[in-house]
Amino acid sequence: MTGKSVGILVFPGSNCEYDVASVLEKMGVKTQLIWHGQTDLGGVSGLVLPGGFAHGDYLRPGAIARFSPVMSSVIEFAESGRPILGICNGFQVLTEAKLLPGALQKNARLKFLCQEAELEVVSTRSSATSLAETGQRLKLPINHFEGNYTCDVDTLNELESNNRVVLRYVENPNGSMNSIAGICSKEGNVVGMMPHPERASDDLLGSVDGLQIFKSYISNLL
Amino acid sequence: MRFQAKVQVWLRPGIADPEGHTVSEAINALGYSGVSTVRMGKIISMIVEAESKESATAKVSEIASTLLSNPVLEDALIQIEEA
Repeated sequence: MTGKSVGILVFPGSNCEYDVASVLEKMGVKTQLIWHGQTDLGGVSGLVLPGGFAHGDYLRPGAIARFSPVMSSVIEFAESGRPILGICNGFQVLTEAKLLPGALQKNARLKFLCQEAELEVVSTRSSATSLAETGQRLKLPINHFEGNYTCDVDTLNELESNNRVVLRYVENPNGSMNSIAGICSKEGNVVGMMPHPERASDDLLGSVDGLQIFKSYISNLL
Repeated sequence: MRFQAKVQVWLRPGIADPEGHTVSEAINALGYSGVSTVRMGKIISMIVEAESKESATAKVSEIASTLLSNPVLEDALIQIEEA
């Protein structure tokens, strides 16, 4: 489908990297795992920060991962306009690294959530939703303790008015402000989302709605 | 000089603290009255080598704001004394 390849970052404690690789490879995209201690991204066309518990989530999810050697290259990569998708823990790392605004705090009522969530595509200007339709519903699993999206009012207004809210929960499961499940950077190339599209990418898994995210993402590889 | 530093990390006012709320309810359930505003936080303790108390404070402040707390959600409070 494409000669381009995607780099999947691996921190100590990441655990969704092979799931993401498997989906992308099935879609005809080459992948390579990139250890967090590296600074060379190997000429990849896009990056994925997968789910898991980078550095054990010690201190706060993403707090230590943000200072991994690879992150300075990730920041340069983001500035180059190429797509970066942070899933779950990857989203948390992107907020800690300030590539995306706000933070993910503990779920309301301190509930660990492991369930299917219905989502609405709010914006198609992000690299992960560019081929989706506004208002489209997707069923994707969520699996997190810290997914309660929080930011200050100015940031929230800025996100809403500039179409930077990418996905919203149809029923807010975790207390996120404005039911936010995913947001993107100003330019739209960096996307963070709490739901796991890689876990909804095969009929055997009960939903293939996640492919919509990866199709969009692949179409934006540079 | 050696200093003992303690960094307290608290959720900022206005940020929901469900853990504090639950502990508060448990205190009430035990029959204690007159206890309110329970907040949960973290304390991170460290020994710091520095020329002076001022430079130790500067160093710990920087560590507290870059790594130990996330200013979107948390405030950091620093205490330093000679070890």
